[in-house]
Amino acid sequence: MITFDQIKKAVLVSVWFMFLTFPIMVIRVNPVERIVEWRWRNMLLIGVGSFILSFVWHYFIRRKELGTQKAEVGGEETIPLAQRILEKKAIYRPTLAVLGICALVFPFIFSLYQTNIMVTALIYVMLGLGLNIVVGLAGLLDLGYVAFYAVGAYAYALLNYHFGLSFWMVLPIGAALGATFGILLGFPVLRLRGDYLAIVTLGFGEIIRIILENWNEFSFGPSGIANIPRPSLLGIDLSVHAATIYIYYIMIGLCLFTIFVVNRLQDSRIGRAWIALREDETACQAMGIDKAKTKLTAFALGATWAGMSGVVFAAKTTFVNPASFTIWESIIILCIVVLGGMGSILGVIAGALVLILMPEYLRAFSEFRMLAFGVLLVVMMVFRPGGLIPNVRRTYKFEGVTETKKG
Amino acid sequence: MEPVLKVQDLGMNFGGLRALDAVDLDVGKNEIVALIGPNGAGKTTFFNCITGIYPPTEGDVLIFPQGKDRPKRINGLKPNKVTEKGLARTFQNIRLFPNMTVLENVMIGRHCRMRAGVLGAVLRGRSTMREEKAAVMDSYAILEKIGLDPFVNEFAKNLPYGAQRRLEIARAMATEPFLLLLDEPAAGMNPNETRDLDKLIKRIRDEEGISILLIEHDMKLVMSLSDRIFVVDYGKKIAQGTPEEIRNNPAVIKAYLGEETDA
Amino acid sequence: MDYFLELFLGGLTRGSIYALIALGYTMVYGIIELINFAHGEIYMIGAFTALIVISVLTLMGMNTIAILVIAGVIAVIYSAAYGYTVEKIAYKPLRNAPRLSALISAIGMSLFLQNYVLLAQTSDFLPFPNLIPDFEFMEPYAHIIGSTEIVILITTAIVMVLLTIMIKFTNIGKAMRAASQDKTMSMLVGINVNHVISVTFVVGSATAAIGGVLIASHVGMINFYVGFIAGIKAFVAAVLGGIGSIPGAVLGSFVLGWTESFATGYVSSDYEDVFAFLFLVLILIFRPQGILGRSEKHKL
Repeated sequence: MITFDQIKKAVLVSVWFMFLTFPIMVIRVNPVERIVEWRWRNMLLIGVGSFILSFVWHYFIRRKELGTQKAEVGGEETIPLAQRILEKKAIYRPTLAVLGICALVFPFIFSLYQTNIMVTALIYVMLGLGLNIVVGLAGLLDLGYVAFYAVGAYAYALLNYHFGLSFWMVLPIGAALGATFGILLGFPVLRLRGDYLAIVTLGFGEIIRIILENWNEFSFGPSGIANIPRPSLLGIDLSVHAATIYIYYIMIGLCLFTIFVVNRLQDSRIGRAWIALREDETACQAMGIDKAKTKLTAFALGATWAGMSGVVFAAKTTFVNPASFTIWESIIILCIVVLGGMGSILGVIAGALVLILMPEYLRAFSEFRMLAFGVLLVVMMVFRPGGLIPNVRRTYKFEGVTETKKG
Repeated sequence: MEPVLKVQDLGMNFGGLRALDAVDLDVGKNEIVALIGPNGAGKTTFFNCITGIYPPTEGDVLIFPQGKDRPKRINGLKPNKVTEKGLARTFQNIRLFPNMTVLENVMIGRHCRMRAGVLGAVLRGRSTMREEKAAVMDSYAILEKIGLDPFVNEFAKNLPYGAQRRLEIARAMATEPFLLLLDEPAAGMNPNETRDLDKLIKRIRDEEGISILLIEHDMKLVMSLSDRIFVVDYGKKIAQGTPEEIRNNPAVIKAYLGEETDA
Repeated sequence: MDYFLELFLGGLTRGSIYALIALGYTMVYGIIELINFAHGEIYMIGAFTALIVISVLTLMGMNTIAILVIAGVIAVIYSAAYGYTVEKIAYKPLRNAPRLSALISAIGMSLFLQNYVLLAQTSDFLPFPNLIPDFEFMEPYAHIIGSTEIVILITTAIVMVLLTIMIKFTNIGKAMRAASQDKTMSMLVGINVNHVISVTFVVGSATAAIGGVLIASHVGMINFYVGFIAGIKAFVAAVLGGIGSIPGAVLGSFVLGWTESFATGYVSSDYEDVFAFLFLVLILIFRPQGILGRSEKHKL
């Protein structure tokens, strides 16, 4: 199976990478104490690692090429597993029921710590589903998504600080503010194409963060705002433990609500327009779809969820500061959408759970988290652009042939 | 004859390049009009100017909507507004939505005739559901007329080439136009497919009452279809008339075959 | 007046550095229409490599000028090698994929390279020795412009001239221009487009490395994150001048450099980064093709 040529290639790759990583991986200097540390072991690791990875890489590239050839010849398109499961009610209903029960009893089985982590994961599910509207459905790469998250969090922190508004009062306000900012950001970028859009939204996200950091009178600067109250249940203040469980259920509820809404939007006149916009902007407009309006709805509806999750985030941590809203947050959310599968609700949920829970449980590797995210984005795009659970969008299945003929 | 479209003195500059220069054209009700000319003569630019993709530098594009006696000036409108007013087009190089089904492609055409908003989509009230169902039915009816109903649930990208061209026509028809603009509808088709297209275009005119303006290079098709033909070259209109007149027009022959010395 | 002059020259220096980085963006964009998000990281790696080489050689007791030259050359080689490898791994397999995919891959690459340096080296700021000696003839003007700045300006000018000559008059330059017009056609007339793209990445990365070394010795410290912000700003400069256009990138860089220099000098330094982004937004809204770019109408 493995030819001499392949081995020669892998050796070359291995040598190349040993050369490439030599200064950064092997030498470490301490200019203050004037010591040079030589880490030859790293070189060995790189050499062996890239030798093996070279085979893996080429194997997958070949497989991918074979796959595209097959598709071009017109071979059967394989239906993804998830879609097959979704189509069989006998399977997915009990699965759903079991998952539902697990979700309900979770905080009573697991510790407070675990519940807290789960709340974080659920916040990211919501963020992912929101960004999915913008990136996955409408095809607009928004790298400043975290700004809306910040808007929601600061909305709760500031409205509570100045006016004593409660969690439940701010939740809809946060959503509305998110949507408003979505439209404000959307207007100037309407005419931009994909890559410019990415960089401008990134700029917007950074502008909001820098403003939060420097405008002390408004946002209390880098030190942030502390002592934000957790949500109270019917006017009763809960203990930390009870409040965490309460927030957990609030998040479950909000996630279900998000799924419900996003699902319905996807299968509607507007959802279709988003997808058409992603596929071909010019044709979309020529078919009578208002490009500006459609894009703005996508921005606004995407930002709504970020605004809401921001409110929950502030209530959960009881503290906000600009450091929570860096560009890397946006990129983590993007990772969730990309890993799960752009446009796929189920995929985004899975993506959020995997990406947020895994690093929590693999603490030993937590420093490699962002490195792994970077690799993930590249590898997913190269080998599996559809994501783990590719979009299982229900297309219109036309079945009413006889009806039409009668009519 | 009652006009549906009148274009007067249309001019278009790209930087220093004069792509269109004082072009006049009109299309009457229930008429099939062809716009021909050598490659690069400015035909597609003309379409783009009418449908709002480029705002023309000068001139007027007037439409005559039914039931209104005053014409409406549409140049400068956004493409989607032009479509709403009743002009629909196809593209020279097919621009379908490849990852949407045939039915969904046509339903996108219905978009501007539907009203459901965000709230309607989420609540799925009775009127929204009725509208959705009607859109499915209407779209299917159009597919039947065009003969694409066997492909209804296929992805657009999986359709054979000729069917993709016809799907573009179906999608355009779904916007309820009174004038259909076809940009080289027969490009890449074999003689059989072209013959079917000939019949289809005539049927659309006769049965739906839609006027048609088309750009085409297949002279046999143009001669068989058109009531009148306009010829452009280097952005200028060089001739207009019935197919018979155009066939014998020396200016047209020159434009197509080149000057005596060139040949 | 001296303050104005100081800000003016400071802006010019800043602009020169942006220009060295912006060239890579603009060349890559011109040829494969991709924002190479990892470009800023390439520049950072160039600076890091230089720092490592300098440190090792200093401990070996070599003379400063020799160190400067060797470190510069090695930084350029390594940055070029990284640029080449990044293209092969993250962009080449996506040549025919949707643009969104390539863009996400580029972001991933940027994230990876940052964290690679962070983990293999350190997250702290490292002091970068200033190896450029103070020239004696510069002394009367020292309050306005330092020797480092002069070196930066001269180096940038030389690089620009060499690059222009390469693109205008050499075969590979012609191939680059052809491939940026129409890749398929270039292939048909026998241009090895993959090779041309590789060369573009290598040249762009090499100029970025020069910028990296110069700014590091100017500012006096680096860390793994310096590439990201500098990269974004250089991109803004490239867009400002008209992306795809090399003189545009240079002009845009100077405009951005002056804006930042005057804005932080006369207004406030808290919002230094905001100016660049606001500038970008305004430019894209009112003149998306940039100062020198041609308005592009894609064919339908």
